[in-house]
Order: sequence, then C-alpha cells, then structure tokens
Amino acid sequence: MREILYRDAIIEALDEEMRRDESVFLLGEDIAEFGGSYKTTVGLFEKYGKERVRNTPISEQGIVGATLGAALMGMRPVAELMYIDFTGVAMDQIVNQVAKVRYMFGGKAKTALVLRTQGGAGRSSAAQHAQSLEAWFVHVPGLKVVMPSTAHDAKGLLKSAVRDDDPVMFIEHKLLYLEKGPVPEEDYTIPLGVAEVKREGRDITIVATSSMVGKSLAAADELEAEGISCEVVDPRTLFPLDRETILNSVKKTGRCLITHEAVQRCGWGAEIAATLAREAFDYLDAPIERVCGMETPVPFAPKLESHVIPDKDDVIAGVRAVISGL
Amino acid sequence: MARNAKSLSRKRLHEMYRTMLRIRRFEERTDELFMAGQIKGAVHVSIGQEACSVGVCSTLNQDDAILTTHRGHGHSIAKGTRLPEMMAELLGRSTGLCKARGGSMHIADVSMGHYGAHSIVGANMPMAAGMGLAYQLEKKKQVAVVFFGDGASNQGSFHESMNMCAIWKLPVIFFCENNQYAVSFGVERSTAVQDISVRAQGYDAPGVTVDGMDVTAVYEATAEAVARARKGDGPSLIEAKTYRFFGHSRGDPQFGPYRTEAEVQKWRKRDPLIVAEKLLKMTKAEKEAHEAAIKKEMDDANRFAEESPKASLESALEDVYA
Ligand SMILES: Cc1ncc(C[n+]2csc(CCOP(=O)(O)OP(=O)(O)O)c2C)c(N)n1
Ligand SMILES: [Mg+2]
Repeated sequence: MREILYRDAIIEALDEEMRRDESVFLLGEDIAEFGGSYKTTVGLFEKYGKERVRNTPISEQGIVGATLGAALMGMRPVAELMYIDFTGVAMDQIVNQVAKVRYMFGGKAKTALVLRTQGGAGRSSAAQHAQSLEAWFVHVPGLKVVMPSTAHDAKGLLKSAVRDDDPVMFIEHKLLYLEKGPVPEEDYTIPLGVAEVKREGRDITIVATSSMVGKSLAAADELEAEGISCEVVDPRTLFPLDRETILNSVKKTGRCLITHEAVQRCGWGAEIAATLAREAFDYLDAPIERVCGMETPVPFAPKLESHVIPDKDDVIAGVRAVISGL
Repeated sequence: MARNAKSLSRKRLHEMYRTMLRIRRFEERTDELFMAGQIKGAVHVSIGQEACSVGVCSTLNQDDAILTTHRGHGHSIAKGTRLPEMMAELLGRSTGLCKARGGSMHIADVSMGHYGAHSIVGANMPMAAGMGLAYQLEKKKQVAVVFFGDGASNQGSFHESMNMCAIWKLPVIFFCENNQYAVSFGVERSTAVQDISVRAQGYDAPGVTVDGMDVTAVYEATAEAVARARKGDGPSLIEAKTYRFFGHSRGDPQFGPYRTEAEVQKWRKRDPLIVAEKLLKMTKAEKEAHEAAIKKEMDDANRFAEESPKASLESALEDVYA
C-alpha cells in the first residue's frame, strides 16, 4: 500500500468529503492560499475556491459560533482552530452552545460540525502552544472527541467525523503531521467509537492515545526482547469510547498501563482507570499504572520540555514497574 | 510626522536611533541563531517595526507598564530589558529572564515594567485594562501600554477592553502595529475598516493613525496619549502603519503566496532606520560609532548566554504555584 504523511491524509479526507458533499466547507485562520499553519489544507483553496475554503480573522469565538450557525442551517462546516490552546478563546461557544443546542432544543437542531485542531508538545512552543487539553472536551456531554495516531486513522476518522451528525472535536498532534503511514487509495471510513489493538500481547495492556501510541509500540518492541509481551490498544476516539476492546484486552493480560501526553491529574486516563477498577477488578493482577505529562505548564527549553512529556523510556519504566510489582 | 518632532532634541533622537539599531541587530542575531538551529521554538522577529517599539517606549518611565505579543523582542529592548538575559532566555539558559520556561514568545521583565509577551493573540488587552484599573484605584500616575497587531484587533478581547477602559477612564494606551498581515491574511481582507484607529470612535476614545516607520511620529502621538492618560482622561487608540520585513515566524520566507517581493521592497524603502538617518542627516562616522557600540553589546550578550549553564531539569517543575 502507498504511504503518505499524516497531514496529507487529513488533506485527502477533506478533499474527498468536499467533493462528495457540497454542504461541507472549511473555515479557519490562514487555511486558504497559505494552506494552514501546519499545511493541512494545501491545495484545497485552489480546488474549491474562497467560498468553501474561507480565511477567517483571528476571532476564535467567532469561528466556532459561525461554524455552529452554519450547521444549524444544515451545512456541514469543518473549522480549523490552529492550536488546541486557542480553544480557550472559544470555550463558551464550544461548551455552552455547540455541545448543548441539540439537547436544549428538544433534539430539533442540526449540529453536524467538526472542529479540527492540534495539540501536543515537542516543538519548543512553550506553555501556550503545546498543551494536551482533550480531557476538557471529553468531560462535556454532547461533544465527540477523536484523536488519531496514524495517517490511516486520521483519514478514515476525519471522513466519519464530517459525516457524523454530532459536533466532533478532532484533535491532531503537531509531531505526527510529518509521520508517514500506509493509507488506502480507495474511499474508506473508520467508525467513531471503535478502538484498535495496534499490537497484540499477553502480559500487559498499554492504553495509549495520539503521540503515545507510537512511543508505546516502540517500547513494546524493546520490552519484547526482555520477554515482556505488551498489547497496545489505541481507543482512537475518546468519546464515544470503545470500552469493550479495552476491557477485553485487560481481562486477557491482567495488567494495564495508561499513557497520554496530557498532565496526569484529571486526565482522560483517570476515566479509564476508574472504568477498569469497576469492570475488570477481578481480572487485575497489579495496580493500574499511568504514564502521563508532569503536572506543570509546558516549559520552553527543549530539554525541559522533553523532561515533562512522557517518552518511550517512561513507558518502558512504567511497564517494568507494573510487571515486577514494584 | 517628522515635522512634529519639535520636542525631541538631536541627542534624544540619536538615542532613539541607537535603540532601533540595537533591536535590528538583536533580531538579526536571533534569526541567524534560529536558522543555525541554536534557538528553538517559534521566533517572530520585528525587523521593520523598530520605530513603533522605540517611539512608544521613549515616552514612558521605567515604572510605566507595557504588555506585548509573540512579536515582542523590540518592545522588550525599548523598555529597557537587558540583552544578555534576553539572549540567555532564547538559548534556554538558567540565567534567562524566564528561567528558560518562556522563550521568545514569553519574554517578561517586571523590574523594567515589562509585563510580558503573551502569545495568545489578543490576551494581553484585558490585562492592560486591569493594570490601568489598579493604577487608578491606587491613585498612581502610571500608565499601561498594550502592543498588539492588526490581527489581534479582530479579537473580542480588544473590543471588551477598549470599552472597559473607556467607561472607567483608565490610563491605558492601545498601540496597534498594523503591519498589514496576520500571518498570511492581509488586513484589507481581514478587517472591515481601512484604518483600525477609527474603531476608537465606538468607544468614545481618541483614535489616530500614524506613520509607523517614523519614530518621531510614533513618539508624538504616544506622548499625547500618555499625557491624556496621566491626567485621568482615559484610554487612546494609536494605529501605526508599519511592515514586517521578514516572514511571519520560524524563518518563514519574506514573501510567498500572500505577498509579493515588490511589495516588500517598496516598504523597505521606508525602513525606519533609513527614515531616522535622513531626519538626523546622520554622518558615516556617527553611524559607525553606533554600530561599533552595538556590536560589542551584542557580542557580550551572546557570550553571557553561551557561557551560562542550561536550565536544570528540576527547574521545569518550579513556580507552578506560589
Ligand atoms: C488566539 C490565537 N489565535 C491564533 C494564534 C496564531 N497566531 C499567532 S501570531 C498570529 C498573527 C497575528 O497577527 P497580528 O496580530 O497582526 O500580529 P503580527 O504577527 O502581524 O505581529 C496568529 C494567527 C494565536 N497565537 N493566538
Ligand atoms: Mg499583523
């Protein structure tokens, strides 16, 4: 199968959905001739024109509100928020309007929209451009939250998100954009709410999201040499959550480590740990471990930044601790 | 414009020129170090906009406040931030102004009245209102100046802050550097009005547009707004028409899909350094003297930064709480 960049998989998904459905259009900062600050809309302006690939002023509250307004009229807008950190500016629209309008209107509102954004550290962008804030959105009933870890998943999940009738927060990772992976040329979708076992194993389940999936797979390779067999499960969508796949895996391995880049406290991993503690209690042979970002804003200097963000070695150390019962 | 610069002595103008040149050389050094991979992260240089930084800050006292943006090196230098500690910050050293936690987009030097670069576009304006409110409540004569771009003027925070400052008559100066672009989005397409300064009318505050390439024009307009603020007459909006000669960020190309080389060249003819040199009828010897002094200062700053230890890993976890 051909291999393409994660960011090109995003472009392809947008392109195919815009071609398929006239009601799909894009709006966001610098997404037109500039092609997006992470180059995830390159070529679309030339193809679909300024009506459907629309530059917006720097007005995140306005962008999200306008996205919702167009959705209420029956369109399927896809907005780009350049950094997940900037959702802070738009939080009222996201939390109080986008997530709740359908419910408050007794189900009589259309809110088919996608808010694409990207998060994560790794480029020395410092505290206001490197956060992992996905848990904020998982916490709000009415929103769906997607976090693809590969080019293949990015394309299939984005196409599903565009076709979905609910508002979807689609959270990409700035370091994954330049990662290549196999992506089929034909039309395909990946349903929201279906996890994938990225690697099978016997001794421990690693539940990983976004950038931590690749790091966990690398850790699993190294641990294999030590005779530790890791199963790596990527939920792909944080809500709706495929509890089934995660539970089945943990019931099989009897151990679980959860890893994400976001800070540990009240992170998405806490929800998984709580779910396992209740649903898989009798199957657990060891306490559940979490390997997450340290509880600090993201510092600027590259060494400090990588210190507070979990890496492959942190996952390895975490797995060893669980296995050895330390 | 230049004609209005009565209040500026020749000596003062030379000092202002020197500061603009210091900013230019610091930014050039920063860009070089970024390209060489020594400075990491997002770096937005202010080359072309020096007259704004210097024209504004020359009207302020040390205990007046500024707040700046992602493109804040020039404002920092003009407000008196020391170059060694600033360079150390960019290079991730323990001696950096922000202990290597802030980097280029978050330079702050409270001792010089510099309340930080804020990289969420528009976030600094409500803070300026609060600082003005504190000055007013504590009956101080200080003022706060908030720098922001044409792009930032489309954030709700600009409008909310202008209105609050106006109804409470707070000593705040909104200084908009209209450098024609927000990343790739031209101001004539992003913004409904031709002159951002007209927006002041909506808040019953004075609004003026000045030539942002002429340091004396910026100085005069700001001095007036500062005097007004100190008297308790409330906020002003100043729009300076200017231009960034470099790309938006991270060594982006100077021109590209959104602007032409010819346009860049046209603006470069009005380089704020050239404008000031002409005004001063600067001799070659005078210019060389400025350059020589700055070169030494730059080299010293660099040496200080390079000889400083890298920030320790543990320091990443400090100062999260008081
Ligand atoms: C809330 C927010 N939205 C978007 C960005 C990304 N961004 C950084 S600088 C910039 C352009 C700012 O334009 P302007 O205010 O004109 O300042 P300039 O860069 O021209 O100095 C954008 C969109 C951001 N940092 N914060
Ligand atoms: Mg601008």
